[in-house]
Formats: sequence, structure tokens, C-alpha cells
Amino acid sequence: MRYVIKNGSVVFKDGVRNCDILVEDGRIAAVGEGLDAEKAIDAEGLHVFPGLIDMHVHLREPGFEGKEDIESGSRAAVAGGFTQVCCMPNTNPVCDNAVVVTYILSRAKEVNLCKVRPIGSITKGEKGEELAEIGKMAAAGAVAISDDGRSVMDSKIMRLAMEYADGFGLKCLAHCEDENLVDGGVVNEGLSSTITGLKGSIRAAEDIMIAREIALSESLGIPVHICHVSTYSGIELIRSAKARGVKVTAESCPHYFWLTDDVVRGFDTDTKVNPPIREERDRQAVAAALSDGTLDCIVTDHAPHSKKDKQVEYPLAAFGISGIETSFSLSYTKLVKEGEMDLPQLAERMSAAPARILGIGGGEIKEGAVADITIADLAAKYVIDGEKFISKGKNTPFTGTEVYGRIVYTIVDGQIKYAAGR
Amino acid sequence: MLRSKDLTGLYDASAEEIVEILDRAAEMKALLAKGRKSEKTLAGTALVTLFYENSTRTRTSFELAGKYLGAHEVNIASASSSVQKGETLIDTGRTLDAMKIDFIAIRHPLAGAPALLARNVSASVINAGDGMNEHPTQALLDMFTMREKFGKIEGLKVAILGDIKHSRVAKSNLFGLKKLGAEVYMYAPRTLMPMGIDELGAHVCNSMEEAVAGAHCVMGLRIQLERQKGGLFPSLSEYSRFYGVKDDILSLADKDAIIMHPGPVNRGIELTPSLIDGDRSVIEEQVTNGLVTRMAVLSLLREYREKNL
Repeated sequence: MRYVIKNGSVVFKDGVRNCDILVEDGRIAAVGEGLDAEKAIDAEGLHVFPGLIDMHVHLREPGFEGKEDIESGSRAAVAGGFTQVCCMPNTNPVCDNAVVVTYILSRAKEVNLCKVRPIGSITKGEKGEELAEIGKMAAAGAVAISDDGRSVMDSKIMRLAMEYADGFGLKCLAHCEDENLVDGGVVNEGLSSTITGLKGSIRAAEDIMIAREIALSESLGIPVHICHVSTYSGIELIRSAKARGVKVTAESCPHYFWLTDDVVRGFDTDTKVNPPIREERDRQAVAAALSDGTLDCIVTDHAPHSKKDKQVEYPLAAFGISGIETSFSLSYTKLVKEGEMDLPQLAERMSAAPARILGIGGGEIKEGAVADITIADLAAKYVIDGEKFISKGKNTPFTGTEVYGRIVYTIVDGQIKYAAGR
Repeated sequence: MLRSKDLTGLYDASAEEIVEILDRAAEMKALLAKGRKSEKTLAGTALVTLFYENSTRTRTSFELAGKYLGAHEVNIASASSSVQKGETLIDTGRTLDAMKIDFIAIRHPLAGAPALLARNVSASVINAGDGMNEHPTQALLDMFTMREKFGKIEGLKVAILGDIKHSRVAKSNLFGLKKLGAEVYMYAPRTLMPMGIDELGAHVCNSMEEAVAGAHCVMGLRIQLERQKGGLFPSLSEYSRFYGVKDDILSLADKDAIIMHPGPVNRGIELTPSLIDGDRSVIEEQVTNGLVTRMAVLSLLREYREKNL
């Protein structure tokens, strides 16, 4: 298949330029002006990004298909502009062995929408006790390891995991929360937890584990990646570690740079997420750190849940936000339109950085690159409505929020996997 | 006129609503004193007490408040029945709604449960205590008691002592008292003082003396004995020594100070027996006032329902 994307505003690393992109056999054959082919996508007035990559999602399959499955999650992903997603291993059975990795990859191949990259667990059953078969999972196609949802509480096990996985070229993606300090907390500990009587979780619970992962990384000289950073103080730990050369990378999510914990006061369980939404100084720090690069990338931590998991008392509700369909609009609206960053930086945070951190390819529009491309209409304004999500998870705290930036086309390996309204 | 079909807490209540409830409670108390029960007030209505936690005094108080005003009254025993069968709170609420219940007084161990129920039923939901969140009728009866003793709430100094962190009573009192112009002083082990309570207007004290000096009302709070096992304080005797209210506070407090406690009291731990049984204690009056306050809430919610629903 050969076609040209005509007259789009193409987002390159060094700026945005109007040009054409010739796609042939799944690759970008040429980038320039006046390119033509028999078929064309008219991108006049639209912006053309390198295919977005979300390195932190939950697709729930196998085991929790009532919340999401690889097909529904992939459909939601391409609707959100994502060409690659990396799925966390807290499935049932846990993705702690090569069989589950292979299953996920084969399902993704059948579904044939976005590229699904499995993340294996660090420990067997995510129990934090014994290393999972990291080598076999790597050989089967896992792109990283994580016990996401919880920290590996035993520091020795974490050390061994980092060393062992490094031998296979895999990074640990560290969910940072000290379970003893969290102690059943469901919201940020502060004014909002006191007003509502919901049990709070203190920033230190997250910061202590961020500090530990940095200390391990620094001592061992092995890279580590910090998941979904939510605290201003955790960001300071990462900033100072990076300044002295520690190989630490980190991510955050749209809900951490959009919301403050005021939103929990109405007991809306769609605001319940792990780590919790924190206060204004944290929100500002996350936005600033994405701007200055202390935080490398934007992920969604897409955590779809069924109604019955959320329509219960707040402390009993499942943690998580269904975020993959709103991430681009929320990020563009809050970070670019409000002046925190420009479009090349947004492309860096949502595509190039995750590609580089995990070594999974993509992230740039250039001749010879794989044709993973996301085309968006940045002028398009709409109001988020969780009930209209393609994902099975309708759990979003952003219903009613007005945002800019609608995904128009999502192209994976040169094939159009999503076209708005079609 | 109340502004909502429910009473889930005092955080969202206005001063006017609180005063209206206290005024109505005074009318109810006058009526009771004459030996009359106003059985027409809630005639033809039904009240369910839905208690997911054990409680004798609060549940009995709601039941009698309903009965004295002529409501049909049904008690769903600690609701272990449906919960253990896996029924959700929303489904339980809808079932009650389908039976044309007018009022649900709910006690629940989890914060926010009454708000969740209220959003999903047409009945009026009254929070009878939800986890660490609120216990509005307790605070209303406390304020009623204070107002009865001192004539007004404005300008009173109220000392609340003990496990503030886990106390829905302390929080509802703080919200209500601040709205009516009282000053609230709190003293607790630091492990039992919730973060940000000062931002809500409480004076967080460094000593018992600071908290009770000149206080008009001295309120002890129940300490759950399992908090010690949770590591929040080292031993009951240490708790009692530093945070228990002793007889000598009477010399520091206002000369007309009253001693309060939401009950049930751990004698000799939160308060000395001589304070509990002494002439400054209003602990028993609090119970009577609980009844009339709940009668007031029910009658005002009935009026709201007749006008708005």
C-alpha cells in the first residue's frame, strides 16, 4: 500500500513544518513537499505526530475481561491516538511467565490494531518474594518488568531484580508506595482526607520508595524507571538524582497534572487512583516537571473498571482511571495550550521518550521510519463523556471537562487503524 | 427550610439550617416535657434504621424519635444479612425505595456511604455516623445542649479532647460550631490528630491546660481500645495519664463549664468517674437531647419532602 499524507503540519523534533509524508509498505518512504501518490489523506489543517506510545496501561486480559480485554483496550487505544501500548502484568494469571506473554502477543496479533507490548512481572505472582522467569519472558517478547500496583517491598529482591533483568536488557518499572505507610489509605493524606474521613496516604509513602529505587539504581549503575509520579517531593528526588547522573527516568499521568484532591470530597469513586491525586503544589510540580524534562513521559495508567467495581462505597471501590481515550486531549489542552510546552515537546513526552526508554522503536517522523503516525485536529473542541468511551471502563473523573485536540487518524505500520467518525 | 432532602453532614450545612434544627428541637423538647408526643407530625411515613455497625443509643434514639412523631419504624438489624449475601449498598437502598420508605437513618463503617445512598434513593437519608467522616445528629444534639446551657453558641470555647483523628463526632462538631461562631480547641496524641484540621478552623493545642483553659464545654471522646494495637499510642495507662480528662481541669475551665461525652464512656480513661457523675456532667442530658434533635431533623425533612418532592 502506498499513499501520501498531504499538507499536514508535521511535528518534528525541532519544530512543526507543513509537508507531505509518503507511506509505502508500512514505512515512511519520503518526507517533503510536493509528494504525490494515487491515494492521499488530506491533512490540511491537521497536525501529524509520530505515533503516540503509552508505556503504562492495563488491558485486563487474561482474567478480567469484564473490565477490558485486548480487543476493547486496543480499540480504545487507537481511538486515543496510540500506536503502541505496554500492558502491565496484573492480570489473572499474572503475566509472570513466558506463556502469558505469548498469549498476549498472539491475541494482539489477532486483534491487529495497535502494537501491544507486554510487561512481565518482577516477582512470581507479583508477591514480591521470588523473581519471575524474567529471561524467558524477555525471550518471548516482554519489553520491561514491573509489579505495578504495588512496590517490591523487600529491597534485596528489588536489587536482585534490577541486576538480573539488566542482563536481559529489561528495565524495572517501579510502582512506588511503601505498603506499611499507605496502610489502607485511599486518598491523599491532607485537608481532603480530614474533611471526608477517607483514610489518607502520605506523600512519604511514595517518596520513600522513589528514593529507594534511586539509591539502588545509583549503587548498581543500572537504570530504573519510576511509574506515575504524583508528589512534588518525589519529583525533587528525581530531579536531583538526574542532576548527578543517576540513570533514572520517570512518568506521570494526565490526572496528576489536571486534578487536585478537592475532587474526592464528593466521594466520586472515579477519582480513586493509586497513587492518589494530591494537592495543588503537586499538580503544578508535575506539569512543570513534564515541561523541564524531570519527568520524561506522559502515560495514562489506563485502568478500566466495570460499574460494579466503582459503584460502591469509596473505600471499597477499585483504584484506577480509564484514561487512554482522553490522554492526548488532556495533555494538549493543559500543557500546550496553557504554555507549559510546545508541540515537539508533547511528541517527545508521548512518543519519543517512551520509545527510547523501552527501546521499542517509533517516536519520530523521518524517512525510513516505521509508519506509526497519529493525526489530530488541534482546533477541535469537545466535552469528555466517559459513557461514550470505546473502552469497557467508563471510569473517568473528567466527564464534563472541555478539551481541545481530537484524534482524526491513527496509523500503525502504514495501516489506518482508526479514522474519526468512521 | 432545609436545603436538601438529606442530612449527610454539617460540612455542607448552612448556619441557618443548623439554627432551624436547634430551634425545632427546642419545640420538641417543650412538647415532650408536657408529656405529649406529636404523633401527627410524621403520620403516614416510614423510617428505616439501617445500621451496619452496632449501636444501642443512636439507633434507639432514631427509633423513638420516629415513633414519638407517629412514623412507622423498621429496624434492619446491623444489615449483616444483605451485606453478607453480597448485596451492594445501592441495591439495598433501591429495595427500600421500592417499599416506599420516607427516611433512612444509616450508620456505616465507611466514610461517604450515606452520601452514596442519598444519591441513589428518593428517600431522605440521615447520616447516623459514617466511618471517620461525620455524625451530624450527634453534633446537633451537642450544640443543642450547649445552647441550652449558655443561651447561645457564639463566643463559646469548646475543648474537644482525645482521638480526634477517628472521631466523626469531633469533626461534625467542628464544622457546626465554627458555623455558629464558637471557637474549638483540640488536644490529642499527635498520632490521633488529623492532618489539616487547623485549616478547618480548629485550634490545635500543645497541652491539656491550653485546650481547657476558660473552656465552656469540655468534651471527651471515646478511645477505641484497638487503636493501641495499631501502634497509635503505647498503652492505655499512658493514654489516660496524658490525654484523659481529670478532675483538676474544672479549676482551669470556665466556672460554669459543662462536661460532655458522646458515649459510651470508658470510665477512668477518657474522663474520671467523678467528672462523669458530677454535677457538671451533661452526659445524660445529651441522650435526652439526642432524641429531640432527631425528632427535629425528621420533622424538618418531612416538611422539605412535602414542599419539594
